Amino acid sequence: MTYLAKSILLVAGLALAACTDAGRFGPDDAGAGTGSSGAIAGSASDPQSPLYFQQAIGDRVLFAVDRHTLDDEAKRVLDGQASWLTTNADYNVVIEGHADEQGTREYNLALGARRASAVREYLVSRGISSNRLKTVSYGKERPIEICSEESCYSKNRRAVTVLASGLTG
Amino acid sequence: MMRLLGTFMTMLVAAGLFMAPVQAQDGPLRIEITDGVMEPLPYAVPDFVPESGAAAEMAVNIARVVAADLSGTGLFREIGKEAYISRITSFSSPVEFADWRAINAEALITGAVGVEGDAVTVKFRVWDVFGGQELGNGLQFSGTTSGWRRMAHKVADEVYSRITGEAGYFDSRVVFVSETGPKNERRKRLAIMDYDGANVQYLTDSASLVLAPRFSPSGDRVLYTSFESGFPRIYILDVANVGRRVLQSRDGTMSFAPRFSPDGQQVVFSLETGGNTDIYLMEISSGSETRLTRAPSIETAPSFSPEGDRIVFESDRSGSRQLYVMPATGGDAQRISQGSGNYGTPVWSPRGDLIAFTKQSKGRFHIGVMKTDGSAERLLTASFLEEGPTWSPNGRVIMFTRETQGAQGQSSLYTVDITGRNLRQVRTPNGASDPSWSPLQQ
Repeated sequence: MTYLAKSILLVAGLALAACTDAGRFGPDDAGAGTGSSGAIAGSASDPQSPLYFQQAIGDRVLFAVDRHTLDDEAKRVLDGQASWLTTNADYNVVIEGHADEQGTREYNLALGARRASAVREYLVSRGISSNRLKTVSYGKERPIEICSEESCYSKNRRAVTVLASGLTG
Repeated sequence: MMRLLGTFMTMLVAAGLFMAPVQAQDGPLRIEITDGVMEPLPYAVPDFVPESGAAAEMAVNIARVVAADLSGTGLFREIGKEAYISRITSFSSPVEFADWRAINAEALITGAVGVEGDAVTVKFRVWDVFGGQELGNGLQFSGTTSGWRRMAHKVADEVYSRITGEAGYFDSRVVFVSETGPKNERRKRLAIMDYDGANVQYLTDSASLVLAPRFSPSGDRVLYTSFESGFPRIYILDVANVGRRVLQSRDGTMSFAPRFSPDGQQVVFSLETGGNTDIYLMEISSGSETRLTRAPSIETAPSFSPEGDRIVFESDRSGSRQLYVMPATGGDAQRISQGSGNYGTPVWSPRGDLIAFTKQSKGRFHIGVMKTDGSAERLLTASFLEEGPTWSPNGRVIMFTRETQGAQGQSSLYTVDITGRNLRQVRTPNGASDPSWSPLQQ
C-alpha cells in the first residue's frame, strides 16, 4: 500500500474471502484412534492362538534409552516368536517400533523404526521370510504406560510383533 | 520514562538482542531494537468511533484486538481507559495532546469503524503524543464483517511497523495439531487458527494420527505426516479446499519430517528404509527424489535457509544428536551445535540470521537459538518437555510445544521473544502441539 498526502485516508482493499471449506470438520469430531489395540483372538492355552503368541511367547521386546540393540532376553523372546511363526505360517506380522517421551517427535520416529527393523532382521535371521514382516514406527505417539518415570519409559521403549493374518505385499 | 526516539535504524545482528528505547532529542516515536533493558512503550487505544449504529460493538472489539496484539508483544504497555482525560468521539477532531501527555501515553491510536450490511471499513491514525504529530498517515482497510479480526490485526501490524521499524506478525495464522484424550489414547487432528488462537478450524478428522504440519512459504498449502495408510507418509493439503494427496508412498518405507523449500516447489524430508533414516529432496510437481544424505545414522528434521542454498538438520552420527548444515544439493555437512546434550528440530529464521532448535540436556528440554555457524547459543526456555520451534513471520518470536509432566500430561502452545522475554501461552480449545507459523497474509 502507499500513502497519499497527510490527512488523506488511503483505502486498502483487504481480500477477506470467507474461509473456504476448512470448517467442514466440526469441533466435535470423534474419529477412531489409531494404533494396535483391540481384543486378541483365541485362548491362551491353545498354542496355535494369537493370544498364546502374545501372552505365552511374548509379543514385545524392550530397549535401553536411545538404543535399538537386542539383549539376550529380547533374543529369547524373538526366538520364541520365530518358532511360532514357522509353525503358524498363515500369519504375517507388522512390527511396531516405539520410543519413550524423552526426545523430539522426529527423532523418536526414526528411533522406533530402528527398533522395529532390528526385530525384523532378527526374525529373518531365524528363518522367517522377509515377505511376511512389515515394520512401522509410532515414535513416542503410542505409549502404553503414561507416567513420566523410568518405570513407564522402560515399557514404552518397545517393539511389538502384531499378528495379521492374510496380510499381503 | 521512554521518550521520543532516535531516527537511526539498526538491523538485528548480534545475539543477545533486546528491545529497548534509545534516547534522542527529537524525531519520530520509535522503539529501537538494540541491547539493553526493555521498558514497554505506554500507549492508549480508545474504543474506535462507530460511524453507524451497526458498528458499535465492532468498534470496541477491534480496538481490543489491536491492544491485545500490541501488549502481547511485551514491547507495548496499554494505559487503561480509566486513566483517560480526553475522549475520542470523532475521528476527524483534533487530538488533545496535552490530555494524553498527562497520562503518559506516548502513542495514541484512534480509529473509526463503519458497517454497511456485510461490508466493514476500518480507518485509523497513529499519534506521536509527545511530538504532537501524526506518525505516518491515516489508513483505511475494507473487508467483510466475518473478517473483522483480520482488519484489527492489520491495524496492529501497521502500528507495530511504524513504531519499531520492523514488519509485524499479527495478521498471520498457525497450523497445528489439536489433541484430545489421555496420553495413551491421544487423538490428533490438524487445525488452523489465527496467530492469537482465535478462529480455530479443523483440517482433518482424528481417524488417523497426524503429526507436524508445515506451512508453505505462501501459506496456501500444508505438508504433514499421517498414518492414514497405517504407515507414516507425507501428505500435502490445500488450505482453501482441504483437498489432500499423499506425496510419498513407497512400500516398505516411512516418510516424515517434511518442510517446503523457500520457493515452495520442493520438499525436504526424512525417508526411512530398512531402519535407516536419511534426508531426501522431492520436486513436488514431478515427484522426483534426490537423496541428500547417505549414512547409517539417523538424519532427520531438515530445514532450508531462506535463500534456499543450505539445509540444517539433526543427526546422531557423532553418537549424540547434533545439528549440521549442508548445501541444499547434499554433500559435506558441517556440525554447528557444540554444547553438551542433544539437539533437534532446527529451524532457520526467516531473517536468515539465527537457527532455532530444541535442546535436551540433563533431563530438561529447552528452546534455543544460535547463529547459523553454531556460535552464540542462547536457551530461551526450560521445562520438562518442549520442542518444535516455529518462527513468527518477522523472526522476532518463536512458538513451540510444551508438554507437562506425568500421567495427566498435556501439550499446549507457547510463544517467547527471541530475547527470551515475554513467555506466553497461546489459548487453544484443546491440547495443541506442533505449531507452524504462516507468513503475513496478503
